Amino acid sequence: MMPIMRNYAGRLLPQCIALVIIVIAISIVFPGFLNLQIQNGRLYGSLIDILNRGAPVVLLAIGMTVVIATKGIDLSVGAVMAICGAVAASLITSGHSLAETLLATLAIGILCGIWNGVLVAFLDIQPIIATLVLMVAGRGIAQLITEGTILTFNEPGLIFIGSGSFIGLPMPIVIWLVFGLLVAVLVRRTALGMLIEAIGINRQASTLSGVLTPVLLVAAYVLSGLCAAIAGIIAAADIRGADANNAGLWLELDAILAVVVGGTSLLGGRFSIAASVLGAIIIQAINTGILLSGFPPEFNLIIKAAIIIFILVLQSPRFRTAFSFLSIPGAAGKPTEREAK
Amino acid sequence: MKQKYLPLTATILIFVLSYALCAAQYPNILSTRVIGNLLTDNAFLGIAAVGMTFVILSGGIDLSIGAVIAFAGVFLAVVLEHGSMHPLVAFALLLTITTLFGALMGAIIHYLEMPAFIVTLAGMFLARGMAFVLSIDSVPIKHPFYGTLKSLYYKLPGGGRITLIGGLMLLVFAIGILIAHRTRFGTNIYALGGGTATAKLMGVPVAATTVRIYALSGLLAGLSGIVFSLYTSAGYSLAAVGVELDAITAVVIGGTLLTGGSGFVAGTLVGILIQGLIQTYITFDGTLSSWWTKILIGLLLFAFILLQKGIIHLSRPERQRA
Repeated sequence: MMPIMRNYAGRLLPQCIALVIIVIAISIVFPGFLNLQIQNGRLYGSLIDILNRGAPVVLLAIGMTVVIATKGIDLSVGAVMAICGAVAASLITSGHSLAETLLATLAIGILCGIWNGVLVAFLDIQPIIATLVLMVAGRGIAQLITEGTILTFNEPGLIFIGSGSFIGLPMPIVIWLVFGLLVAVLVRRTALGMLIEAIGINRQASTLSGVLTPVLLVAAYVLSGLCAAIAGIIAAADIRGADANNAGLWLELDAILAVVVGGTSLLGGRFSIAASVLGAIIIQAINTGILLSGFPPEFNLIIKAAIIIFILVLQSPRFRTAFSFLSIPGAAGKPTEREAK
Repeated sequence: MKQKYLPLTATILIFVLSYALCAAQYPNILSTRVIGNLLTDNAFLGIAAVGMTFVILSGGIDLSIGAVIAFAGVFLAVVLEHGSMHPLVAFALLLTITTLFGALMGAIIHYLEMPAFIVTLAGMFLARGMAFVLSIDSVPIKHPFYGTLKSLYYKLPGGGRITLIGGLMLLVFAIGILIAHRTRFGTNIYALGGGTATAKLMGVPVAATTVRIYALSGLLAGLSGIVFSLYTSAGYSLAAVGVELDAITAVVIGGTLLTGGSGFVAGTLVGILIQGLIQTYITFDGTLSSWWTKILIGLLLFAFILLQKGIIHLSRPERQRA
């Protein structure tokens, strides 16, 4: 058991260090950053705020990690968020019960995932293009559902998902914690995780050695669609309305970034859900930190780009070989040469 | 007919067919005015899409072009408002900056062995961030030289106008076609798209080619930014959001494989025109809402991907997957 724990710690070490540095840097510039207080039985504070605001990206990153581990990518998650937010809002305003609404919305997310998965697994289309279709058309479909307006709702149950709290934590945090743990246990306590990594490393070899490649591929995209549906519900519940134009806009890029910052290679193979969640929190901490520290907001994107480039350079294979005496054993990069088709 | 011309032929056929259908319903769509506007309205997108075609042919992707276009617009607006610089000097300065920016991204992609997707994503943040730093407001451009440039056009019979920017797009496409098929650089791009390892073994200078491809994409994104600022007479840091996706869509509809190595610059032009035609049709119709543009383009994208898959499947029946 000990070596496994040490392995885990080693895997997450760079992300943890990065997060700690960022948190320390912000708390130097903004002294009240680490304060936590309890009001009306709920925790308040900037740290909690980061975890709360980051919920959609964390959820998307969980699904994206599994998709990227299969050597795929899912560009459609932002658009699926918009579709699901629109579906949830239009069902609840047309008088359906909360349970019906949630189930139907999650089903729509799963349906979007099946569509992507079938394109990738059975029609053998490159993931980046297969999901581009839904990314382009999805926002149009969402606008079709809301008929171009922002659909607002007042159903307390649905709003609770966005702004309520459970055992002192805001609901969005509870949701991603529980969901993340479920997925992590599912892929790590069964052989699923290993099979997904096998597909990512060599799809043909996995198929030949008896892995049910198409089914697992579809399952990965379904998970991603499901995550996007939950994120879409949270985003809609947060603003008490469905905004087909702006819900989840460019979040797919943040989610991919979170996965990459978490150290999962875009070339597929080894993955870690926990590292991606950390990556998403790092990105959210950067966003919140820049806002809190009082930099002119114009500089946000530049600072974000600089930090991302720094993290990526640290992870680049070339850099790692040059400084291999420092790197953690077993975490060395793998060749990036594209195999000839 | 050669297999490699099939996607291009299909694209052209679909364009001609849909144009005929539109014309049957609204005969005015055939007028040279509409055609002239089709070129003018899509000029900036077309120029950027030429750069994107080369990047995609080489097996890469460039997500930064929309942000570079916005940066170009704001840069020109701010420089022309505060300085006494002639616009032509500002153009030259801007194109140098964006070309170097593209070359830098290419160098990072090659030398640090990082995926193009993530590097150009960081480039997108950087370029848009620079635009924000220059100005967060929409800055109008009132320089008299802009008026001169905008009043230049070639009059077609029937009252249509090929404006300077519309003509520039056609010129860029012509040069792009020459580069792709008549130069060593073009051949190297196709080779790179076929597989980096193979290209290296054949003696393609992988480093120089990669850097040049992204530099070219940066140059064309800068040029597209100039055209966009001429088109809108303003610079705004939130402009041109998502143009990279429109460009990628046009390239795929134009029959270029996203895996790289196969496709035509000319196809991208038709891809741009098809997107423009859908928008024009929706404007003519008046009852359809704007979101139908997105849904239709999504469906079209899907149809073309299926078509390409079908062609590849038919041309290589012996290499079916296990």
